[in-house]
Amino acid sequence: MMEVTYLGIIIKAILILAIISAIAGFGTYIERKVLAFMQRRLGPMHVGPYGLLQIAADGIKLFTKEDFIPQNANKLMFMVAPVITAATAFIALSAVPVFPDFTIFGIFVPSIAADVNIGILFVLGMMAAGLYGPLLAGMSQANKWGIIGAARTAAQFISYEVVTGLSLLAPIMMVGSLSLIDFNHYNETHPWMVFMQPVAFVLFLIAGFAETNRTPFDLLENEAEIIAGYATEYSGMRWGMFFIGEYANMITVSVLASIIFLGGYTDLWFIPGWLAIILKIAFMFFLMLWVRASWPHVRPDQFMWLAWKVLMPLAVINVVITGIVIMV
Amino acid sequence: MSLEHFKNRNVGTQNYRMLDLDPTPVTGWGQFKQVVRRSLSLELLVGLKVTLREMLKALLFGKMHTTKYPFEKLPIGPRYRAIHEMKRLLESGHYRCIGCGLCEKICPADAIRMDTHYGENQRKEVSEYTINFGRCIFCGYCAEVCPELAIVHGGRYETASEQRASFSLFEDMLTPIDQLKSQREFPGYGSVSVNADTNIKKTPLAY
Repeated sequence: MMEVTYLGIIIKAILILAIISAIAGFGTYIERKVLAFMQRRLGPMHVGPYGLLQIAADGIKLFTKEDFIPQNANKLMFMVAPVITAATAFIALSAVPVFPDFTIFGIFVPSIAADVNIGILFVLGMMAAGLYGPLLAGMSQANKWGIIGAARTAAQFISYEVVTGLSLLAPIMMVGSLSLIDFNHYNETHPWMVFMQPVAFVLFLIAGFAETNRTPFDLLENEAEIIAGYATEYSGMRWGMFFIGEYANMITVSVLASIIFLGGYTDLWFIPGWLAIILKIAFMFFLMLWVRASWPHVRPDQFMWLAWKVLMPLAVINVVITGIVIMV
Repeated sequence: MSLEHFKNRNVGTQNYRMLDLDPTPVTGWGQFKQVVRRSLSLELLVGLKVTLREMLKALLFGKMHTTKYPFEKLPIGPRYRAIHEMKRLLESGHYRCIGCGLCEKICPADAIRMDTHYGENQRKEVSEYTINFGRCIFCGYCAEVCPELAIVHGGRYETASEQRASFSLFEDMLTPIDQLKSQREFPGYGSVSVNADTNIKKTPLAY
């Protein structure tokens, strides 16, 4: 039995990059299809069977579009910003376990690229660092819509970081560890966290939607109000990197919710663990599309009101009550 | 529902059914109670339920709205006013137009031009007849004014063209002579009645 080496970690990093990019591309197709079905439309149908090759068509379009940098933009920041979004999204995924550990060719493979013992903190920190993508993009592009988008980015992400952290604090107190693997092991002996911490789950979902910039809270690029927000001046592959980053973040939040609250990759009745977590992640992803099809945007002031006057006090109360229960 | 019901424009006198809405809370405590009530009654889930229901309807029961337009076309109404059709007489196959010029006169967009002459048998014949579909507003006056039902509106609504010349050909609008039997007729003065076959009598020649 051999342990994985540096080579293994490099292979895993490449796999994460490749698979998540592919899934992010496929996610756009799924999103368009699901939204279409919910509005009783067909969605993409003409490129390939059931429109499956639409992803390829979109990819070709993104790659061949003119790479455009506005005249008065801060060119360096403008070029770096999409990379920040994509990179932080992928780095966050490196500390997330998705599958059970397995053995291949006699080599024991823990299926996590970097098993840091502060997993949750690292992932949340990386997603918080992702704030700099939209922020710098909006500020560098010399466009008023971009500036508004950047301002909203700062307000939204920083506010909801607080809610995410506080809502996850209660499960962390119960598990007593920051490692996501410990969270998964906790699920093997206890009922799912969602039944013990329903309030934390709801708060985490709401904050997760806000941090991945999904529809009830996609104020950063609300096209009805501010054209495309921080992405107004972007085109081609730079815009595509924002897109991939957003979808990678959606996957990260789905994985986090599955592992922390929905039992992770422990076996479920007859379903093996790897399939169980894929189903859970798929359901969380579907939930994001479902919500997008169902609910309207919120107004920015309502959004801040929600964060600071409702969600944060609730999270604090939840933490306090959890603490009292644990002590007693 | 009688016509009087629709003619009553006096807003407020009709019987409206008022929604069962609570008064807007004025105090902070009232607002708080409203927020809590609305949050805990899970009204948001109703929205989710609606979209899921529509999705299941679409996927499982085939209730998609989509018409794949260039491949599928929706039927249009028989009174739809699209590109004109010039009709022929059923008996002789000659075009019905008698060259009276009423359509040219009445056309508010000045789209119709016609030129006539007397033929060999002293019958008025149409030598030129054009409708400029770049100008036509498809108001239907020409079809309405025509005494012979010679010009009517058809159902050809895909009217894009690369050249203006193809916007105005009389022959294109005229019923093809080989499809005379399937020529669609409209009721009105001058048209063939529905029971035309039974009404035909032998010409009394035996005096």
